[in-house]
Amino acid sequence: MLELATIGGTAPQTGTALADSPLAIRGLTVSYGEKPAVFSVDMTVEPGRMTAIIGPNGAGKSTLLKAALGIIRPLSGQVQVFGQPMAAQRSRIAYVPQRASVDWDFPTSVIDVVLMGLYRQVGLLGRIRGTHRARARACLDRVGMGDFANRQIGQLSGGQQQRVFLARALAQEADLYLLDEPFAGVDAATEKAIIAVLQSLRAEGRTVVAVHHDLATVPDYFDNVFLINTRRVAEGPVSTAFTADTLQAAYGGRLATAQVDQLSRALV
Amino acid sequence: MTGEEFVPLSLTPILIGSCAAVACALPGNFLVLRRQALIGDAISHVVLPGIVFAFLATGVIATATMMAGAAAAAILAVVLIEAIRRLGGIEPGAAMGVVFTTMFAGGVLMLELSDTSGVHLDVQHALYGNLESLIWLDALGWESLVDPVALAGLPPELPRMALTLVVMTAFLWLFWRPLKIATFDEGFARTMGIRTTALGFGLVVAAAVAAVAAFDAVGSIIVIAMFICPPAAARLMTDRLEAQIGWSVVFAIVSAVLGYVLAGYGPLWLGGRDSVSAAGMIATVSGVLLAGAAIWGPCRTRSGAPSTTTV
Repeated sequence: MLELATIGGTAPQTGTALADSPLAIRGLTVSYGEKPAVFSVDMTVEPGRMTAIIGPNGAGKSTLLKAALGIIRPLSGQVQVFGQPMAAQRSRIAYVPQRASVDWDFPTSVIDVVLMGLYRQVGLLGRIRGTHRARARACLDRVGMGDFANRQIGQLSGGQQQRVFLARALAQEADLYLLDEPFAGVDAATEKAIIAVLQSLRAEGRTVVAVHHDLATVPDYFDNVFLINTRRVAEGPVSTAFTADTLQAAYGGRLATAQVDQLSRALV
Repeated sequence: MTGEEFVPLSLTPILIGSCAAVACALPGNFLVLRRQALIGDAISHVVLPGIVFAFLATGVIATATMMAGAAAAAILAVVLIEAIRRLGGIEPGAAMGVVFTTMFAGGVLMLELSDTSGVHLDVQHALYGNLESLIWLDALGWESLVDPVALAGLPPELPRMALTLVVMTAFLWLFWRPLKIATFDEGFARTMGIRTTALGFGLVVAAAVAAVAAFDAVGSIIVIAMFICPPAAARLMTDRLEAQIGWSVVFAIVSAVLGYVLAGYGPLWLGGRDSVSAAGMIATVSGVLLAGAAIWGPCRTRSGAPSTTTV
């Protein structure tokens, strides 16, 4: 029972050496108040793959991502990005936050949001040049939002907002893409457009990690999964780590048995 | 009105009022967008105990010590607000309310208990300032603007407020980009290496500097109004942050000039005999402008997604 071996805190199945991993996490614990949201989690992301972070609501998926990025301070644990501390590798990381985490009434245009992704290149006081604008526009084109460059961001639909966030991440030209619920509340066309862009990133050798909700699309979209429920439940390729057993372990009673059966049939 | 009358009696109060209004409106733009506009209110209250304490400690009214005392009080308040918010696990608005009312009350108590009579330091002054008294008696007319002897007699509040305005402009110019990114999307800003906590603290400290300087010259009513009304009205006029800043400057200046003129002459026009408080009228005009923008402004509809996050 190979997949059972992955349940609990045992070593990951990926076999990726720590220094080679785009994102390696060891013993990460994060707490809001007294109850830990993430407890002693190890994670080793495989390079050049698409990994889904899945788990029930409140399992600590977003928290894991935010703590790995240094957005929230963990109680303990180590995070290495391409074998180095996160702070030394910022330019190789792109982050797409949850769409609902920002105020879309903020007075700015679509192209301005994408240009935010070029902050590290442009600098504190550098001028935004034609080349920067051209690059931002190319990123908008890549997500199918080229016609919306001068729109006020509040006028966009949820799916369009999500694409603008993805375009901003593309402008960062990173090697590791971390996305928090990129498919939450978007239309089918947007979901298709986003997955196509993510797959093209993988084809370019970049690494994609996404917090994901829809279990049914996991095998179609992702190579690897990371199951979490405050603690790590399972980690590895979809074929071995995304099984009825690991799902049951992660979701417990919250996932109907019928649903698990259906999923495991789909996996065969 | 002739230059002989206008320049000595009205020019300097109008200029000082305008500088104070713009200096407060500039950081106010970001405070409003960050849902922190109340902190302008908080700062203008907590500077009172700081100023009183600085006066009691040194025994003189010197701008430097008052500024230092007020800035120290503002920083103490910000730290207290953060501490109460975290330790108590309550929302920032409640923490602000608790801290600034307590500190303001402490300031009033210190004023009452200490011997500050004969010194230009009382609650009335703290609220309304003394804009009308900032006259330029050395001026004889417009020609005095190029007369070094007359210029030496300018009320010191004018260069002080002008300098504050320059400092505020420089702060926004220097940190424009990180402020914009961090205000829109703090988490993303952090991943870019922007130190958002320090930046947010810097913004509050900059606002405190503007508040303290303006508080001395024009009183806290103008400070509180200018942190909120011009930026809020400006937001209703445009969907671009750059243009919003421009509108807020226009609204701040219109409030200061129109407010001063209406306070001085409005009652006379209406058949009254005395003028009313310029500070009160300036704040009132800014509120009326906000109401106008709220009724007729072109960008009034909220269209964005509500701010909610899941863990």
